[in-house]
Amino acid sequence: MKTSVTINGVAHSHDVEPRLLLVHFIRELAGLTGTHVGCDTSQCGACVIRLNGQAVKSCTMLAVQADGAQITTIEGMAKDGKLHPIQDAFWEKHGLQCGFCTPGMIMSAAQILERYPKPTEDQIRQQLEGNLCRCTGYHNIVKAIQYAAEKMAGT
Amino acid sequence: MATAKLLGASIKRREDPRFITGKGHFTDDLKLPGMTYAAFVRSPHAHAKIRKIDTSRASKHPGVVAVFTGKDMTGVNSLPCGWLLPELKVPPHMPLATDAARYVGDPVAIVIAETQEAALDAAELVAVDWDVRPSVTRTDKAAAPGAPSMHEVAPDNVAFRWQIGDAAATDAAIKSAPVTVKKRIVNQRLVANAMEPRACVARYEESTGEWTLWVTSQNPHVHRLLMTAFVLGIPEHKVRVIAPDVGGGFGSKIFLYNEETVCSWATKQINRPIRWTAERRESFQTDAHGRDHVTDAELALSKDGKILGFRIKTTANLGAYLSTFAPAVPTYLYGTLLNGVYEMGAIHCEVTGVFTNTTPVDAYRGAGRPEAAYVIERMMDAGAAALKMDPAELRKKNFIPKFDSGYQTKVALSYDSGNYAPTFDKLLTMLDYKKFRSDQQAGRGKGKLLGVGFSTYIEACSIAPSKVVGSLGAQAGLWESGTIRVHPTGKVTVFTGSHSHGQGHETTMAQLVGDHLGIPMDDVDIVHGDTGIVPFGMGTYGSRSASVGGTALVMCMDKIKEKGKIIAAHLLEANPKDMDYVGGEFVVKGSPDKKIPFGQVALTAYVPHNYPEGAEPGLEATSFYDPSNFCFPFGAHACVVEVDPDTGHVTILRYLAVDDVGNVINPMIVDGMVHGGVAQGVAQALWEGAVYDEESGQLVTGSLMDYALPKAEMLPMYETARTETPTPVNPLGVKGAGETGTIASTPAVVNAVVDALSGLGVDHIEVMPLTPERVWKTIQAAKSKK
Repeated sequence: MKTSVTINGVAHSHDVEPRLLLVHFIRELAGLTGTHVGCDTSQCGACVIRLNGQAVKSCTMLAVQADGAQITTIEGMAKDGKLHPIQDAFWEKHGLQCGFCTPGMIMSAAQILERYPKPTEDQIRQQLEGNLCRCTGYHNIVKAIQYAAEKMAGT
Repeated sequence: MATAKLLGASIKRREDPRFITGKGHFTDDLKLPGMTYAAFVRSPHAHAKIRKIDTSRASKHPGVVAVFTGKDMTGVNSLPCGWLLPELKVPPHMPLATDAARYVGDPVAIVIAETQEAALDAAELVAVDWDVRPSVTRTDKAAAPGAPSMHEVAPDNVAFRWQIGDAAATDAAIKSAPVTVKKRIVNQRLVANAMEPRACVARYEESTGEWTLWVTSQNPHVHRLLMTAFVLGIPEHKVRVIAPDVGGGFGSKIFLYNEETVCSWATKQINRPIRWTAERRESFQTDAHGRDHVTDAELALSKDGKILGFRIKTTANLGAYLSTFAPAVPTYLYGTLLNGVYEMGAIHCEVTGVFTNTTPVDAYRGAGRPEAAYVIERMMDAGAAALKMDPAELRKKNFIPKFDSGYQTKVALSYDSGNYAPTFDKLLTMLDYKKFRSDQQAGRGKGKLLGVGFSTYIEACSIAPSKVVGSLGAQAGLWESGTIRVHPTGKVTVFTGSHSHGQGHETTMAQLVGDHLGIPMDDVDIVHGDTGIVPFGMGTYGSRSASVGGTALVMCMDKIKEKGKIIAAHLLEANPKDMDYVGGEFVVKGSPDKKIPFGQVALTAYVPHNYPEGAEPGLEATSFYDPSNFCFPFGAHACVVEVDPDTGHVTILRYLAVDDVGNVINPMIVDGMVHGGVAQGVAQALWEGAVYDEESGQLVTGSLMDYALPKAEMLPMYETARTETPTPVNPLGVKGAGETGTIASTPAVVNAVVDALSGLGVDHIEVMPLTPERVWKTIQAAKSKK
């Protein structure tokens, strides 16, 4: 089935099998490998992207369902060579170790901060329900999102 | 050339920009021209003989390139076991099982196709005629009479019996002691669950006869050596193994697995590259698991709380086959740590390693040392309860006093340096221990169950020297290598045999080299994870990269400085013996004006027009470092919990960690590793556990829906601090920081829950994780006894 989406401002159109998951469209057909696959049951959140502004697990959606959608992936977060404040915050606060869960974390964090511009620690932890990290114990991820909130409020 | 102090500074990581922008290079990101995709056919049974495998329908499926079974892999040998204990039973472990499958997930065939979808579809069409046999999965039942047997070489399912310590002295101490405590302690099976699933891309080039294997490995050289020399019988120098960005390991990516071996063999058969990436389901079934001990421990104490004797009998579940380093984990990484940080009268430990119809068990973060710390620290609290003594007091009474150069334990090891009491005192101050006890007492009056648990642990890192580990059964050396190449412009490329899969070596090793050479970090690049570039390496596990890998780099820099002195002395018309190297400059001792910067010496080495007679051009050094002893980090952790008396739910109120990992290169990175390690250890105490159905042998916790990997909302902020007791073993004084959190935290949490329930008469909970159900049942049982 012909499926057309816009990813990070670039149009991608491919004839795909109806069962193709959106994450595989992004990784294998659009060649954007920053979005990761860490599980097969929609738990880990390494594949989170923004689809028409919503944080979505791209492993939990068929590519054909995304036809016509505007998608932002981790590769689309930095603009004009400047890191998004959340990316910068993860770097500044050591919010990553192996880096595999990081793209999904950053994409989820972007929506968390839209919902809660001044989030409490509890809000951040609850909102990260769909993102797993095995390296950091979450401490510095929470700190990074708090730091990003401060920076984004200040600009 | 002044540079900011690099060693000991929390410098932001240089690897992060690629990860936060989605530009990391993980194995599954790789796409080669002509790529094919693999799926494995796996046993759905815990134990079944293979009568016949029919691949005909799968072979005809559209898009299928090839289907292979174990019978096609002629001339291929068993996956090797890299640690041979005396009289160890080593059953064959073929890359694709041909005679029988011995655990759920055991691979029996590979299907290779033009697309991943075609490979997965066709794998379903492979028909295996199974003759299902009885299975055994439980650790405590594997060696029982009549248990189903799975290997001809071990009809009783016993792989080894091993012991350490003094049995007679320990028996005598326990017999005559005024107080003894005996507990059964179950250390449940865990699944490492690195967020990146295992993956490989194998490519054979017919024109050159060379292989390239990209693989999720913590030690690509070890992968290459084991696969070429032992299994496939192909020339080692014709194989290049690359471990690119690797998304976490925690031990599970040390080992040589079936899948990369089969893909490396099959790529030559089809003469096309093959990619295989595990689904999480496959990770659960086939990544080596961790822990899985059942232990009976007995502690003998004097009336005033001195430890007189400690007897430990452990059964360790090894799974269906011997994974690469499996026999070392419950023996030399476990029994030798049972002296802890305490003076003990006598110790004896017996370990029986058993085969079961489960996924092979090997090193998982801490590997043996968490199991040892858990037994010791749980028994310390049980001992304190028996004596009606404060658990902090009992620990203080028994700490080994401060020592700087060696403490001989009762279980073979000689500790490097230690000063345990101040670390614990610092923890008690942070905790405000006296206040906690009064809060606890006040809470009990209102039906509130508060508890605190301690863990004053020790661990062993940078396991060495090779001569000693060889005598204990290791089939490899445990040194590390490095090469430092100084370019003509004075820029430096560092090649290390260590491998970073989250540890941040590209930052910490650049800090180390920049500091020692007195040059900016930006002038130093770190290269790792490629056997085609790095001379040789043993890789990263056991918290060894800074202490062993880092020291190899220090040795390289010493050589570079010595050669630089000869060149600089020539240019300055001085004697090389009179040269010093300070802050990036070669200086004539006593004449601070006579000096030449590092960059000029580098240029001279490559443009040797005015050059010392007989000296070789170039400025590059390679070193191999084999440590003289292990390093022994230690520390004191505390956990404060509240238990809901109605539901059994445990809430962590505080988690405190005071660690001593020797000198620290980058405190931010060390703190981060402590956080992550603590999270894993807390998770073992409260949530995680691999469960097999006893009847069918199925892995019940086979996905992230069933296995409770901790989420952000389940964990607290961690309060961390350090003391610094440098090791005399290596010139950096660093001990190792990668595993302390995991080793320390599990007993701290369990001790806290038991402490919370102590008012009900509870002094032990036998089995982890401490789920609400298990805690609730413990509360009910205690109440009904009263």
